Amino acid sequence: MTSQAVDEIKIGGLGASRKRVEDDRFIRGKGNYTDDITLPGMLHMEILRSPLAHARIKSIDTSRAWEIPGVHLVLTGEMMATRNLAWMPTLSYDTQAVLATDKVRFQGQEVACVIADDPYIAKDACEAIDVEYEPLPVIVNPMQALAEGAPVIRDDKENQPDNVVFNWEVGDKAGTDAAFAQADVVSRLALHYPRSHPSPIECCGSIADFNRATSKLTVYMTTQAPHIIRAAVALVAELPEQMIRIISPDIGGGFGNKVPVYPGYVCSILASILLERPVKWIEDKSGNLISTGFARDIYLDGEMALRKDGKILAVRMHTESDHGAFFSDAQPSKFKIGLMHSAFAAYDIPHAHLTARGTYTNKAPGGVAYRCSFRVTEAMFFQERMVQSAATDLGMDQAEFRRMNFVKDDDFPHRTPFGFLTDSGQYAKCLDVGLKAIDYENFRARQAEARKRGKLLGLGISTMTEPLGAGNSREYDILGIKMFDSADLKVHMTGKALLRTGARGQGQGHETTWAQIVAHELGIPAQDVVVEEGDTDTAPFGMGTYASRSTPVAGAAVAMVSRKIRAKARRLAAHLLEVSEEDVEWELGRFYVRSAPDRGVTIQECAMAAYSNMPDGMEPGLENTAYYDPPNLTWPFAVYIVTVEVDPQTGVWDVLSMVAVDDCGVRINPMIVEGQIMGGLTEAYAMASMQFITFDAEGNCVGSNYMDYLLPTAWETPGFELHSEVVTPCPHHPIGAKGIGECAAVGGPAAFVNAVIDALDGMGVRNIDMPLLPDRVWEAITYRRDVSGAPPVRSDD
Amino acid sequence: MYPSRFRYEAPRSLDEAVSLLREGGDDAKVLAGGQSLVPLMKLRFASPELIVDINNLPGLDYEKQDADGTIRIGALRRHASLERSELLKSRQPVMAAAAPLIADPIVRNRGTLVGSLCHADPQGDWASVVTALGGQVVAFGPGGRRTIPITGFVSGPFQNALAPDEIAIEAVIPAPKGTPAGGYLKLERRVGDFATVGVAVALEMSGGTVIRAGIALTGVGGSTISAGEAAQALTGGPLSAQSIAQAADLAAGAANPRTDHRGSAEYKRHMVKTFVARILSRADGGATVAERAA
Ligand SMILES: Cc1cc2nc3c(=O)[nH]c(=O)nc-3n(C[C@H](O)[C@H](O)[C@H](O)COP(=O)(O)OP(=O)(O)OC[C@H]3O[C@@H](n4cnc5c(N)ncnc54)[C@H](O)[C@@H]3O)c2cc1C
Repeated sequence: MTSQAVDEIKIGGLGASRKRVEDDRFIRGKGNYTDDITLPGMLHMEILRSPLAHARIKSIDTSRAWEIPGVHLVLTGEMMATRNLAWMPTLSYDTQAVLATDKVRFQGQEVACVIADDPYIAKDACEAIDVEYEPLPVIVNPMQALAEGAPVIRDDKENQPDNVVFNWEVGDKAGTDAAFAQADVVSRLALHYPRSHPSPIECCGSIADFNRATSKLTVYMTTQAPHIIRAAVALVAELPEQMIRIISPDIGGGFGNKVPVYPGYVCSILASILLERPVKWIEDKSGNLISTGFARDIYLDGEMALRKDGKILAVRMHTESDHGAFFSDAQPSKFKIGLMHSAFAAYDIPHAHLTARGTYTNKAPGGVAYRCSFRVTEAMFFQERMVQSAATDLGMDQAEFRRMNFVKDDDFPHRTPFGFLTDSGQYAKCLDVGLKAIDYENFRARQAEARKRGKLLGLGISTMTEPLGAGNSREYDILGIKMFDSADLKVHMTGKALLRTGARGQGQGHETTWAQIVAHELGIPAQDVVVEEGDTDTAPFGMGTYASRSTPVAGAAVAMVSRKIRAKARRLAAHLLEVSEEDVEWELGRFYVRSAPDRGVTIQECAMAAYSNMPDGMEPGLENTAYYDPPNLTWPFAVYIVTVEVDPQTGVWDVLSMVAVDDCGVRINPMIVEGQIMGGLTEAYAMASMQFITFDAEGNCVGSNYMDYLLPTAWETPGFELHSEVVTPCPHHPIGAKGIGECAAVGGPAAFVNAVIDALDGMGVRNIDMPLLPDRVWEAITYRRDVSGAPPVRSDD
Repeated sequence: MYPSRFRYEAPRSLDEAVSLLREGGDDAKVLAGGQSLVPLMKLRFASPELIVDINNLPGLDYEKQDADGTIRIGALRRHASLERSELLKSRQPVMAAAAPLIADPIVRNRGTLVGSLCHADPQGDWASVVTALGGQVVAFGPGGRRTIPITGFVSGPFQNALAPDEIAIEAVIPAPKGTPAGGYLKLERRVGDFATVGVAVALEMSGGTVIRAGIALTGVGGSTISAGEAAQALTGGPLSAQSIAQAADLAAGAANPRTDHRGSAEYKRHMVKTFVARILSRADGGATVAERAA
């Protein structure tokens, strides 16, 4: 490197905690969200939802609604059916009702839509629609769904005699059985991971604008994956793909909620085609919470075969997942239960077997969203709860038990118990950093001493390793489309650049970090690179942003396209320097002559030459596109440790301290990474302490607004101590980065629960289902028993 | 939010407001801070045809003390002002202590104490505090003013004793005869949450003897519960372990909670008992406690 190389941190390259460029407009209220967009002649759509969870529709009378002045269209399932749109395919190869025709199958299901001059009129008209329902028995959990004589929810489907969505298994049954036969101790745990909701602050919405004159359909919508939507619209609505433009403007949070296709989108599109006017649909908060993609709601039951000395010999798991009325998991893997079998990936366990069953219930469909990479959250939660139970059963120290069973640093690549291939990590080192930070050595003494004073202290450890960055195209696709991603870089003649990717940020800071990757690869200052995403007419084809896949996949594509640009720039540099390409050396921002380092040209000078002074025969311009198909998933690792104090009289518990040690490989923007971790830990705390959607026996959703679906505020959220000293670069990612967006939300919850259970040590309490509401903790302490949180919610009747 | 269509009036005098209400009858609603009414309208649980916004009425934004020590709180006095009130801090510390436990700062900037009493939400905090203090509400209507004791004013869940053409213009808190002590404890799931269980205890102490006691319960029945027997058990004697335990048991007995997603009836009753005992065991010596347990 010569003294003329640019300073990477100064230009906002890799490792710079550059302020997020998008925040300026967000903080000033100058963002451009779907609801900010107004088109000439635009109409407004509202949805009428079912008040009942399961009922046959006897009749729908829309005549009063049509009479209200300002009403343009009333859509019902019957009308949708005439266009073959009453049902739509889901991303999991099931079907989902767009507007109900035969039955309603969950509370909040879409029954009709009104399109009117303004949303007030549309809402009034919805109230004027008379629907006659005949109530049917309601199913709110898999046990009810599987019971003898249970009503069949999906009687619309042929070959569906019961409520089972799928049966699936993975692993080595015979080996596992044999290992269990050899075990000294078998430890067992069963729990329910409650239903929660991604709950972005901005709800879903769309503006469909079909122009009869050009035959072009433009849809502004809240989607994390615009290109997939374009493909889906082309396939479902049978419109030519070049005539469909999906624009995903600023998005106010997604967390997986904005991946699926929802009935509201479809209805607004059809309405615009029928009316030839733009139709806006903006979902309200309750609509979002009761009808769109939820998360979790799964029963996990498993056992661990153990040797007396602490070695884990085998694991057996069974999951009962509650999918609601339609199997609409938006997950791209070939595995029915997503990445559940990433469980125990960080532990060296010779044998494992998992069986999974999915059931239909009278609840909203969905099931994989919310910052979780397709059920990794549940897998890691069960793993770390099971590990704690096993250590307790063996009478072993929590930390030591983990350490002795971890995959060792030099055992990579490692085949996980269920067959994934992990490639890197320093698990024990992360644990050591965490234990030191929390003062583990002295904690047990403190705990014993506090017990004497009637105080219950507890410490919980959780670790997680997450398969992030779906995916390699062998195992991951959506409706057959492989899970690669893309970047398109145009370097202008002045050396400034425009970068577009196939991802779609929703708060992750892509506009900031992508520019940093370009800066790192090309030496163009990050501030000279504008990042655009979300418009299918301009962005290269990509699979969108979710599952912490953007940096592993689209971010890799950004590095690769930058390298393509650099390769061409090198030829331009050789031409300008009048030497052969082999004699040109690269340092950040500059090519120079190897034998005469003072003779060099900057990347900006190369850019100018690409448009004004290219060598004979060279194609002008400095633009390129890269598609990146990752060879494997990336495998970040983390250790989270929490200490709590539980008030035995009230069941209220407070977090005393929390330490997070995240190894996500190379950090592009450390500040953004820390923001992601803090956000994830906050959500983890929320899930552990307060957040869930439950149902009463009639299928009424409890948690349909922010007074009951609780988002923690700054008041409750504990402080977090973050550690970044362990860095294991991803061996196959071009810049060594791994996913980080979800890690803390995935691994965090078990740390809190383990801490509370630890505080109750000796009281015979093995499990309390999340959220650990004070009444549940009190009940566990008072009656010395486990507490279940499965729906239906308890009531007096 | 898309409420049903309604007519909106913002009168500038009480008389005008009352005549508008009279015109509107059962379909008219007073709008004060809007923190309960507006959410109901948004969800279309309430669809009044006429909204009489009283925020422009002069002279209702006050808290003041009469010569005899009676405290009066005007209908437009916000929770946030009460939270910062020096008068309450020195004269009615239980109220000052309870104010910051209501909702969140944004709601407190708009919501009013009188509106909260009118709303008569069984989970509302002020009704319990004012009940424990033995307060009253002054109503103004076509026939002039009348004073209604709080226990009669809150007539049921979300029901008050006002006629459709009456406006509540102030809340009245009688002057304490002894040293005020007590407090408000609230179990909530998160800041901004309504109480799962709330307990208000207002004592007046004189030389170690409880000369007056009021205990009221939030969230554990169809409406605000005045635990009269529990208060009675404390009156006339010193606070002792025995009287505290007795009052706590009686208060728990007065509670009539339901099992729901916030907890079992048994747990809520247990929390009433725990809270009463906690407040009383710290109240000796005139202390005021107010805490959220979440
Ligand atoms: C997010 C949120 C959280 C909350 N949390 C809590 C909490 O923890 N504890 C709590 O106690 N409250 C809570 N509240 C309610 C809040 O305290 C309200 O402000 C209060 O209940 C009503 O006061 P208001 O002035 O806003 O009344 P409004 O909403 O304006 O009116 C409420 C009702 O009372 C009537 N009314 C109001 N004033 C008068 C009057 N002067 N004369 C006649 N009728 C009148 C109205 O017609 C209406 O029916 C919360 C509210 C929100 C939005």
